[in-house]
Amino acid sequence: MSSCSPKVCIVGSGPAGFYTAQHLIKVDIYERLPVPFGLVRFGVAPDHPEVKNVINTFTQTAKHSRCSFYGNVNVGKNVSITELQQAYHAVVLSYGAEGNRSMGVPGEDLAGVYSAKDFVGWYNGLPSCRELSPDLSCETAVILGQGNVALDVARILLAPIDILKKTDITQPTLEALAESQVRRVLIVGRRGPIQIACTIKELREMVNLPDTRPDMVAADFDGVKEALKDLPRPRKRLTELMLKTALEVPGEKEQERRSKASRTWGFRFFRSPVEVLAEPGHSRIAGIRLAINKLEGSGDGAQAVLTGEVEDVSCGLVVSSIGYKSLPIDPSVPFDSRKAIVPNTMGRVKQAAGLYCSGWLKTGPTGVIATTMNNSFDTARSIVEDMESGTLDMSAAKPGSQSISALLEKRGVKPVTFSDWEKIDNVEMKRGESRGKPREKLLTVEEMLHVAWT
Amino acid sequence: MALVTTLRRLVQNSLREYSRKASAVTWPTKQRSFSVGTQPLRSDNKVTVNFINRDGEKITVKGSPGDSLLDVVINEDLDFDGFGACEGTLACSTCHLIFDEEMYKKLGPITDEEMDMLDLAYGLTDTSRLGCQICLTKSLEGMVARVPESVADIRQTKDGLS
Repeated sequence: MSSCSPKVCIVGSGPAGFYTAQHLIKVDIYERLPVPFGLVRFGVAPDHPEVKNVINTFTQTAKHSRCSFYGNVNVGKNVSITELQQAYHAVVLSYGAEGNRSMGVPGEDLAGVYSAKDFVGWYNGLPSCRELSPDLSCETAVILGQGNVALDVARILLAPIDILKKTDITQPTLEALAESQVRRVLIVGRRGPIQIACTIKELREMVNLPDTRPDMVAADFDGVKEALKDLPRPRKRLTELMLKTALEVPGEKEQERRSKASRTWGFRFFRSPVEVLAEPGHSRIAGIRLAINKLEGSGDGAQAVLTGEVEDVSCGLVVSSIGYKSLPIDPSVPFDSRKAIVPNTMGRVKQAAGLYCSGWLKTGPTGVIATTMNNSFDTARSIVEDMESGTLDMSAAKPGSQSISALLEKRGVKPVTFSDWEKIDNVEMKRGESRGKPREKLLTVEEMLHVAWT
Repeated sequence: MALVTTLRRLVQNSLREYSRKASAVTWPTKQRSFSVGTQPLRSDNKVTVNFINRDGEKITVKGSPGDSLLDVVINEDLDFDGFGACEGTLACSTCHLIFDEEMYKKLGPITDEEMDMLDLAYGLTDTSRLGCQICLTKSLEGMVARVPESVADIRQTKDGLS
């Protein structure tokens, strides 16, 4: 056992960062923004406040004397990973996935095409997405991808304003949605109903969304009923709900509700984007060209294969929800650009002693908060194991935050402490109170810093 | 893990108060019975609950009728990694518990909403329930609830529908 105290730091203060911290004895957390919590704050939909309850346990962790939070510190720019490694015995990379997979089709850069990452960032108040100002003056929106993020986007586009105005959705978004002309949302996937990536809770929310009715293509569901009996329970229930929504003749009450609905939503299957079409002579989107696929194989492993046919869909808004993507933040850290993760074995970064990773950076950008929780506990386990076995070299004492704070000061970077964040938190909650919202988020880094340091 | 007192354990202690308050807000207030005159504390108004933790150890505790199994885990400060992340609001599956068939039948009906979240739990069985939805009654006296692993043993994480 080493006689000096182990110094560990974590880069990123989202679920991965905090859950990793919970299994360590003493830890410093560095965060680029003045505010903590990552995708819990900027990713989870405003109408899913219960999912954000994890913030309570993160807050308790941050306020504990063994944990120190340093916000407003850009690792990779204000301080390098190498410098962190000199100051700490172990550095954990938990900075998630701030990029997105691109469709790789012509017209992707036209006005009216957005990544879900940016759209979600916009309605959740991520400072870098503040200027997105998506044009919602069209009738039809097409979302590529059928995971839970795609369903979040659809729901936010179609939910009654009366529901949204009581959430922590940003004020500019609320105003934009109040003026929105979007009445029809298509959620498009490459494969079939049995391969859909969303989960049943989110599907049920769409089915039950007030003032909307489902609009599906019955033929998309050929053969699905027959395949039900072989499916495991979770997949079976999800598929049954889809079948019921798409094919079952509704009872009188539901029929009436649907006929009165002013908005529609529907899945479209076996479609891949091949081109975003512009209005002739304009750089605005007029529609999207979709290739028609057929499935080879069945179940999870089924592959979408082109048939050669295409179909054009008129629309004024395209949101590409085909995956977030991690980016390299420091050249000294190994990065697998094909998988877009930091190469690792159980959280231990390959060929980099003293470097660990957790969360989406470790496994890729899928899974819910609980998935990340397990993943992060796992990395922490690897760190503790390495400390106890001597694999992690702790023979030399390390200065930890002392030297990093000195470096930052020299570079004119002032960290935001957790109590500074609590001032921001209180201002947001107070502003929200007068509007009947849980909080009114501050939308710029400048504003956040101003509140933090006044 | 037993060698060090991690932040998580220290947090759990202070989180008890937090969660108790959170549970109180989430669930409808329990019935209160008013009685005339003072009554001694009735120690037999408790329900014995046995948990089998992930190491196979049996932990016996008591809860009050009306408490959810999540309440019991928190009140008794039981050390189950990551249990009850969403604080009993049906927004996760981390309070996943497994029962034997007989006990499972006594637990009462399961809502669609609970099943939706339960479907995401690792190691789902036909006798699985979410602990935050099971409320203690005297008829459940002596119940045994097993805390399953939350990830594949090979230390690879998977989300529920893979």
